[in-house]
Amino acid sequence: MLRFLIRRLGLIIPTFIGITLVAFAFVRVLPGDPVLLLAGERGMDPERYQKLLVQFGYDRPIYEQYLSYVWGLLHGDFGVSISTKRPVLDEFLTLFPATAELGLFAILFAVAIGIPAGILAAVRRGSLFDQAAMGVALTGYSMPIFWWGLLLIILFSGILGWTPVSGRISFLYFFPSVTGFMTIDALLSGQSGAFGSAVSHLVLPTIVLGTIPLAVIARQTRSAMLEVLAEDYVRTARAKGLAPSRVIGLHALRNALIPVITTIGLQVGVLIAGAILTETIFSWPGIGKWMVDSISRRDYPVVQGGLVLIAGLVMVVNLVVDILYGLINPRIRHR
Amino acid sequence: MSLLEIENLRVTFDTSSGPFAALSGVSYRVDPGEVLAIVGESGSGKSVAMLAVMGLLPPSATVTADAMRFEGRDLLTMSAAERRKIIGRDISMIFQEPIASLNPCFTAGFQIEEVLARHTDLPRRARRQRAIELMQAVGIPEPKRRLASFPHQMSGGQCQRVMIAMAIACAPKLLIADEPTTALDVTIQKQILDLLMRLQADHGMGLILITHDMGVVAETADRVIVQYMGRKMEEADVLSLFENPQNAYTRALLSALPENATGTRLPTVADFRLAGEDA
Repeated sequence: MLRFLIRRLGLIIPTFIGITLVAFAFVRVLPGDPVLLLAGERGMDPERYQKLLVQFGYDRPIYEQYLSYVWGLLHGDFGVSISTKRPVLDEFLTLFPATAELGLFAILFAVAIGIPAGILAAVRRGSLFDQAAMGVALTGYSMPIFWWGLLLIILFSGILGWTPVSGRISFLYFFPSVTGFMTIDALLSGQSGAFGSAVSHLVLPTIVLGTIPLAVIARQTRSAMLEVLAEDYVRTARAKGLAPSRVIGLHALRNALIPVITTIGLQVGVLIAGAILTETIFSWPGIGKWMVDSISRRDYPVVQGGLVLIAGLVMVVNLVVDILYGLINPRIRHR
Repeated sequence: MSLLEIENLRVTFDTSSGPFAALSGVSYRVDPGEVLAIVGESGSGKSVAMLAVMGLLPPSATVTADAMRFEGRDLLTMSAAERRKIIGRDISMIFQEPIASLNPCFTAGFQIEEVLARHTDLPRRARRQRAIELMQAVGIPEPKRRLASFPHQMSGGQCQRVMIAMAIACAPKLLIADEPTTALDVTIQKQILDLLMRLQADHGMGLILITHDMGVVAETADRVIVQYMGRKMEEADVLSLFENPQNAYTRALLSALPENATGTRLPTVADFRLAGEDA
C-alpha cells in the first residue's frame, strides 16, 4: 500500500506542472488586454500603460512570467486580483466553503439515491423499476442544468412556495462564520430556525447540481452490478447459503463499487463545472460564480489562480478516490 | 434411506429463441458415503442438474421434478430460507474455476470463516481456529499466514484447496464437485483428487463428481451416470460400466480414451454416430 501511495503521489508533480502550464497559457490566449481594461472607457496614456505593464510583469518574456508564476504558487502566492486588490487565495478561501457545502450535499444526494437505485435496477433487471429508473436517469443526464434549475424554481418556489429562490440563508438570521458551512454554523449559532432555513436554501441547488452525478452513478452502479452478479464468486457466496442481502450487499457490491468509486471521483470535476451554472441560477456565493465574474472582468490573476486552485482541488479529490480505490481493491493494493 | 434422491428432473431455460431444455427427465440417487460420478460432454446437463439441487440456477431456468429429496426432506416445497440452511452446511459444492470462484476482495480466511459464521454458533476466535484447522486439513502450508491472503496471491491449486476447505467447513453430508480439476495443472489435478477422496473417506460423506474425464471416473467412483444432451444414457457401477458398457454412447466415450486407441487416429463420439449407432 505504501508503494502504491508513493507512486500515486509521484504522479501529482507532472499533473501539477501540466495544470499550471494550461492555466497560464489559457489566460494568455483569452481576448482582451487586462491593463487596458483597468483604464475603463476613459483610456490610458502610454506612459501609465507601460508602468502598469511593468508592475504586473506583463513586459517580461513569457517563460520568465511562467517561472515566476510557478515560484509564487509554490510559496502560496496565487496572485492578487486586479479588480479587488485582494490576494486570490484569500478570495478563494472565503468563497470556497459555500461551493464545498453545496458540492458535498449534491454528491451525498447523488450517492444516497444513485447507488441503491442502481443496485435495485440490476437485481431486478428488465423489471418496471429498472426501466423506469434508467429512463429517469437518462432524462436527468440529458437535462440542461439551467433549464432544470428554472423548472424547479418555478414549481417549488414559485407555484408551491416550499423553498426559497436564492441565497444561502434567510436574511432574518445573522451569525459569525465559523466553519464556512452554513448548515454547521447555523447549528452552532443556536438560533432557532436557522438550521432549517440553511437546509431549505440548499434543497433546490443540491437537486440541480446533483442530478447529473446521480444519473451517472445510478447507471454505472447498475452496469457494474450486472457484471459482478454474473461472476463465479457470487455463485460461491450463494452456494454458502448466505442470505441474498449479504450476497448482493457485501459480495457483489464490494466488487461493483470499484468502478463506481472512480466514477464518483470523476463527477467532482463535473460538479465544479455544474457549480458555475447552479451558483449563477441560485445566486450562490461560491467559487463558480466568482470565476464567471472574474472572466467577464478579465481579471487574469483570479482566473489563473482560480483555475489552478480548482484543478488542484479536483486533483486532491482524485487522489483520495485513488487511495480509496486501493483500499477497496486488494488487487491494486498488493500489486 | 438415500442421501439425495431426484426423480425425473427437468430444467428449461427461457432464451430469446424460445425455451431450451437443458435436462429432460433425469433421475439421480446418492447414498451416504457413496461416490457418484456424472460424466458427459459439455452441454450434457451434468452441471445444470447439480446447480438445480443447490438452487443456484438463474431466474431464467425453470426446474421441475417428480421428487427432489435430501435426507427425506423435500427440497422443492421447502422455502428459500429453509433451503439456505441446508446449502453450504449439509450440501456443499466446489466449482471448476477456483480463482474466479473466490471473491477477489476478501481474504481466504474471511471467506472460510464466513461459512462457519453462517451455519454454526462458534464465536469469532473459535472460527479463526477452525479455519486454520481446515486449511491444514486441505494441505495449505503456513495456514495462519495464508488466512490473510487474497485469491490473487495464491495459485489455482491453493484456491481450490481454499474452496474445498470452505465446502467441508460444516462437515457436509454431500459434497458436489463440479469438474474440480479441469482448470488445474496435471500434477495438481492428482493432488486435488486425492485430497477429495481422502476427505470423502475420512468424513464418510457422499460425493458427486462431475467430470468428463473417464480416467478420473475409473479411479474414484462407485457408481457412474453417463449423460448426453440432457438425458441419461446409462447408469451402472463403475466396474460394469468399464467392462461391459450397455449403451452405444458410453462405448463411444470409452473408445475415445487414448489408452483404448487401436488405430493411428483416435475415434470421436461423432464417428460412432456416423457409423449408424444411435446414441
